[in-house]
Amino acid sequence: MSNLQSLVQKAHQSGDYNQLLQTIPYAQTLGVRCERFGNEVVFVLPKRDQNLGNPILPAIHGGVIGGFMEIAAAFHLAIFLEIDDLPRIVDFSLDYLRAGFHQETYAECRLTRQGNRVANVSVSAWQKKKQEPIALARAHFLLPIKDQ
Amino acid sequence: MQQYEAWTNDPVRLGYVERFIGSLKQCQELGITPMCANAQGLELELPYHQKIIGNLDTGVIHGGAITTLMDTASGASVLCCLPELELCPTLDLRVDYMRPAEPGKSVYARATCYRITNTIIFTRCEAFQRDPDVSVAQCVATFMRIGRQASPDWFWKQIEGAGNE
Repeated sequence: MSNLQSLVQKAHQSGDYNQLLQTIPYAQTLGVRCERFGNEVVFVLPKRDQNLGNPILPAIHGGVIGGFMEIAAAFHLAIFLEIDDLPRIVDFSLDYLRAGFHQETYAECRLTRQGNRVANVSVSAWQKKKQEPIALARAHFLLPIKDQ
Repeated sequence: MQQYEAWTNDPVRLGYVERFIGSLKQCQELGITPMCANAQGLELELPYHQKIIGNLDTGVIHGGAITTLMDTASGASVLCCLPELELCPTLDLRVDYMRPAEPGKSVYARATCYRITNTIIFTRCEAFQRDPDVSVAQCVATFMRIGRQASPDWFWKQIEGAGNE
């Protein structure tokens, strides 16, 4: 079993997925957390000054929202697919719908299509209301080749 | 692909861009700094650092840090290309990751506005390392024009700098 798989299994048992996220320094830089509710996971981007872009509103940097959603999508695959390594991102398309204010932000992912080599994931990010997303994204990932 | 040509620098535009990017906390956090700016667009540098690593085994930078670099470059290129300073919110962006960035080396982004209308600006951005003809990532983005008056005067004073008052 790969290191990633054993971390995922441990997280499934304990319900604490943050050890998994701590393996990625960039995820720690943004402060990304992950919480599980039943069979669903929600990723959390905490309110942090250093994540800000626009100083007028102030608002979270658009790139941080993008990076947060990329992390969420990759870990969603790691948690729900039995893969040995984190998947590699191929492309990422992001629509900004509302300003991301200086407050906690959440993201949820859906595996739209899983092939043998590539997975398509949609991500929705919101703040106050899930029905009013601040950004929607979709990404393609290359899945690691399975050991036979 | 087009051959890479070194850009001439316009110190006034570089000043705007330096002050604008200096006002973005996440860019300070990642150490993103402008290299060069002119009426066509700008170039930014993202230095290699432990905190943007996406894979501890390989030391490769996380795609999200490249997204932030390219989003910043594309957004700030708008300041270079418009006749008057305007802040334009991002409508959307798409990033293609061509290859992993080599660990230990900076990533550079060069962004240009290739179409400007009264309402929308279309930008293109390339990220590369030592060889500008070898892309690490490419990005296209669109921005909405909301006018200069949408941002407060104190902000424009800060961007224009004391020397231009």
